[in-house]
Amino acid sequence: MALLEVKDLHASVHGNEILKGLDLTINPGEVHSIMGPNGSGKSTLAQVLARRESYEVTRGEVLLNGKDLLAMKPEEAACEGLFMAFQYPVEIPGISNAYFLRAAVNAIRKYRGEEELDAIDFLPLLKEKMRLLEMDERFLNRPVNEGFSGGEKKRNEIVQMAVLEPKMAILDETDSGLDIDALKIVAKGVNTMRSPDRAILLVTHYQRLLDYIVPDFVHVLVDGRIVKSGGKELALELEEKGYGWAEPASAAAR
Amino acid sequence: MATAATERLRNYLEAFHSFGAAQQPAWLRALRERGFARFAEAGFPTTRDEDWRFTNVSAIAQTPFQLARDLRSSGVYGETLDACRIPGAACQLVFVNGRFAAQLSELGNLPETVKVASLAQVITDSSKSVEAHLGSYLNIERDAFCALNTAFIEDGAYVYLPRGTVIEAPICFLFISLPGHEPEMTNPRNLVVAEDSTEASVVEDYVSLGSGISFSNAVTELVAGENAVISHYLIEREDRQAYNVSTLRTQQARSSNVSSHSVLLGGGLVRNNVHPVLAGEGGECLINGLFIGNGRQHIDNYMLVEHASPHCSSRQFYNGILDGRSHGVFHGRIIVHKDAQKTDAKQTNRNLLLSDDAQIDTKPQLEIYADDVKCTHGATIGQVEENALFYMRSRGIEESAARGLLLLAFANECLDRMKSTPVREYLHELVQGWLPGTSSRGRTDRDEAVERQEPGRRWEEVG
Repeated sequence: MALLEVKDLHASVHGNEILKGLDLTINPGEVHSIMGPNGSGKSTLAQVLARRESYEVTRGEVLLNGKDLLAMKPEEAACEGLFMAFQYPVEIPGISNAYFLRAAVNAIRKYRGEEELDAIDFLPLLKEKMRLLEMDERFLNRPVNEGFSGGEKKRNEIVQMAVLEPKMAILDETDSGLDIDALKIVAKGVNTMRSPDRAILLVTHYQRLLDYIVPDFVHVLVDGRIVKSGGKELALELEEKGYGWAEPASAAAR
Repeated sequence: MATAATERLRNYLEAFHSFGAAQQPAWLRALRERGFARFAEAGFPTTRDEDWRFTNVSAIAQTPFQLARDLRSSGVYGETLDACRIPGAACQLVFVNGRFAAQLSELGNLPETVKVASLAQVITDSSKSVEAHLGSYLNIERDAFCALNTAFIEDGAYVYLPRGTVIEAPICFLFISLPGHEPEMTNPRNLVVAEDSTEASVVEDYVSLGSGISFSNAVTELVAGENAVISHYLIEREDRQAYNVSTLRTQQARSSNVSSHSVLLGGGLVRNNVHPVLAGEGGECLINGLFIGNGRQHIDNYMLVEHASPHCSSRQFYNGILDGRSHGVFHGRIIVHKDAQKTDAKQTNRNLLLSDDAQIDTKPQLEIYADDVKCTHGATIGQVEENALFYMRSRGIEESAARGLLLLAFANECLDRMKSTPVREYLHELVQGWLPGTSSRGRTDRDEAVERQEPGRRWEEVG
């Protein structure tokens, strides 16, 4: 069974239709990349999948592991194994990284009927993942994302992903704004997470990320629809020829 | 006119005359008479008074309060009382309806030179320190509630710390109101005298057992000697039918450092006055407050910080969380006197409104008569951050829990400024239980109970 199945998805923000019939199937173990120009609907897709309420789904269906994702609240989707690394991670003053992540882990464990972890069990796990992302331990007790640099915020997202071990991870422009060193660290973290029962969807504007996280499939999103799909070589072709090349005449004419 | 006023305050006049003062020393009787005369002359303030613009106390003025009965031996405490004890306290003195209850108190193991006792006892013992300090700082002309308290001085907490004393564990005072069928009032009067180079934390905790209309009108005078480092904590968690007015007047000598922390959770109509006077050079004061309102609670925080000497600094930080139809007030007044050069005063008030009907009035007021000072103030009013909420939910945390965590984080900004670990940890637990969404059933039940008790009462509409 597919891990994520998107069928004819239409979605609007404030009455403007952004996604106009999107189809996508992702199987366990696969890494997909969605590329597209600004305004093509990449981030809308990520937000809809993460269940942000301000995005209205007007038609279509999304199944996560065979379950109706569009009927889930954001926290239910997370508990069912969905994770989105935010393009703009949110600062939460007054709550430490360690406290926040343990609350998240325990919320998910509780949902699955597993025993909750106390701080003593949890800390070694968190520290291990932070080492992987080369984050200093002082970030443990810092408020979530507060005063972090852009690169630190993105690394913190991947730490969260590593701790929460989702089945379906969506990375929304995680590479944007990263320097090459930070990009390599983030890529290493993501690559460590690749496994036969997990799928990863990379939403990106730039081909550069795909040099470090090599996808199995690349899709080109233009004007709310996937207009072209292929292997990793498609990304290189896009880089060379630009998005205009991938746009079918009918879409371009609109 | 005088007759009308006297008629209106007749219950207070009767109470004053029936007050068993025969055994009180002459100086105290004179102090109390001055207090009553001033109260009878001024009467209760109205919203036309600038200091009371946002708080209508006519509900207090129109209620014929009697002096609270002596219920020290009624024995209805048990586990409820135990839950009010702060683990790790140096001692806990318990007052029931304003009177010291020795059998409920834990005197702990303080050094012999330190005096922690009931004010009534030290008055009987004719302590010189009491006579020298009691009533010497409080301004009964400015505030009728202070005059009223002075008129009925009988008992309260007394702390004397001789020069150089350091007490690490908090010294705790628990004031229990036991409301009856008739509205009753108590006027606890507390005095803390900390000599030079002392260090201690003092906690005043106001609770009610059972419900009914009660009025607690407390005054604390805190005198900090040179170099003294004193923290004062006020916890208000009475029943929603309680009226609570409290005044903390601190007098700070050179290089002293006094913190006032207030956590206002309970009570129906609450007014907390904090009035530090930085009288010696290089003094520092921190006024840190958290108030959480729900239902129809009215919570008024009034600060008057007087910079009377050079090189002093003051910091005010107040966070408010208001839900339901509650109404919060922050009135922060800073007066920098002519000679108080190099004053550094800062004031911040942040508020979260959780419902459309909750309300906050925030008013900074700076009066600066010196020319080389730094004074800043700021206030914010907002809602729970939707982005932060979504972020937390996307990590698996349920909406109500996420909301609760965000509120707790906001409250923690205040709690984290408290240096006494036992008090901070106790308050952390306590506040968590009061925040909407952080504790499940207990809170909901209590709110429903409160709605039943308060049919149609809105403070701003009374009178």
